[in-house]
Amino acid sequence: MTRILLLAALAVVALAAPFFVYPILLMTILCFMVFASSFNLLLGYAGLLCFGHAMFFGTGAYIGGWLMKEGGFSIELAFAATTLAMAALGWVVGLISARRGGIQFAMITLAISQFVYFLLLRAPFTHGEDGLQRIPRSDLFGVIDVSSNLSLYYLILAISVAAIWFFYRIVHSPFGEVLRAIRDNEGRVESLGFVPERFKIVALTLSAGLAGLAGAMKASVYQIATLHDLSFHVSGTIIFMALLGGLGTMAGPMVGAALIVMLNDHLAQFGEWALIIQGTVFLVVILFFRRGLVGELQAFIRRRSAKA
Amino acid sequence: MTEPLLKVQNLEAWYGESKALHGMNFDVQPGELVTLIGRNGAGKSTTLRSIMGIVGKRTGSIRFDGAELIGKRTFQIARTGIAYCPEERAIFSSLNVAENLTLPPVLKAGGIADAELLRQFPNLQRRLKSQGTKLSGGEQQMLAIARILRTGARFLLLDEPSEGLAPVVVKEIGEQIRQLKSQGFTILLVEQNLSFARKVADRHVVVENGKVVDTLTNSALEADMARVKTYLGV
Repeated sequence: MTRILLLAALAVVALAAPFFVYPILLMTILCFMVFASSFNLLLGYAGLLCFGHAMFFGTGAYIGGWLMKEGGFSIELAFAATTLAMAALGWVVGLISARRGGIQFAMITLAISQFVYFLLLRAPFTHGEDGLQRIPRSDLFGVIDVSSNLSLYYLILAISVAAIWFFYRIVHSPFGEVLRAIRDNEGRVESLGFVPERFKIVALTLSAGLAGLAGAMKASVYQIATLHDLSFHVSGTIIFMALLGGLGTMAGPMVGAALIVMLNDHLAQFGEWALIIQGTVFLVVILFFRRGLVGELQAFIRRRSAKA
Repeated sequence: MTEPLLKVQNLEAWYGESKALHGMNFDVQPGELVTLIGRNGAGKSTTLRSIMGIVGKRTGSIRFDGAELIGKRTFQIARTGIAYCPEERAIFSSLNVAENLTLPPVLKAGGIADAELLRQFPNLQRRLKSQGTKLSGGEQQMLAIARILRTGARFLLLDEPSEGLAPVVVKEIGEQIRQLKSQGFTILLVEQNLSFARKVADRHVVVENGKVVDTLTNSALEADMARVKTYLGV
């Protein structure tokens, strides 16, 4: 019952929010919530540190943007095609990296992301350092105008809710249980008769698809796709978001994403000091909230209910 | 004598550069319960890990049900019908008891159904929602054994199931193992607890320095305890 009330309250807040908060900021939060969830699926649930996760986000932004600008795709088709394309890229990355774990997996994904970065830098359709600009907000189903910030917000909200629901279904399925078991003890999972790398490849495929969707949504929000979206800086930021909120919790990385986006928005006026403040926050979280904010809150509630 | 279900010949195994097994030879008949006994570091657990393909490198021959296991990956070995319960139990810490219990896939027909498992291991029924690692040592051991029974494997590798447990729990585990044998499971058990081993086993394979140095029936073990204690250094 409490859960239903909480979800209802969240729904009311989400629906009313654009009338009180700048919709672009809200949409950025939603995009990064989906992106952070995709990262959480890998690191939080499967124990796979993808050090170049921004490759899916940034490439998704380019592909989604290009499909809307040059391909004449309606916005939902562009999002769907981008999701599938990034899932395919994730599958390829999985084939290359899934036999490895730990730091080797992290380094392989970082290397591939750097490769993709330079590939896109050279590709003519990305316009190099200038980025893909003036991406149109194509009509929904070819007929519904979503060019205003308000109408686009509700579209992005609906897609984000669907994406997060999809993520929820994955981690609460038997497949999600196997992923968590792989994170706990991969060798043991294999000795039970599973093939862990197959699960890791599927996890990477799903995660990459979600990250690509987030990137395409961001491209439609800002109407630009740039190399920054797939830079190492963005990969690092998503790790920070996940750690801040709490890895392996459903809501943690999403809360982390929302906090970091808002923090960056508020700190923008301080120029480079923003990075120093962000670093300090990171240090405080690592030292005092090792489970992340949501993780610590959950642990606190568990302790309270155990005492009661 | 029937064809052995497991036949290990000249098995050698390495951890990195370090050689742990130096030519193991033994076999296990269908329906038999055989223990590997020996001192710490003799190579008993490594033998089980070698059968499952978990060690770094292994040579020689391990034939199970007529098929060669050397060269196969761990999941392929599991799919031939072998289930392994490691010494550290390896309960998945982020899963609860029910999830730990139902996680292993059904690989072959003839596995024990979940309801039957809970009837056979009643302690687990009460703790289904508890995190696996919040259980007592005995309950964790029960869970570790119970969950491998649903896969359909008929050959069980159990690594020191009595280790670190209170005598009353060891007795309970012993009863469970005897029941599994009566259900037709073939069991290879690593055990240091001699009194536990002789209550459940048909035959004992003595391992020393990565080799089999003796094989004793249960009655021979009873008759010559002094010799066995020399092997074990107790």
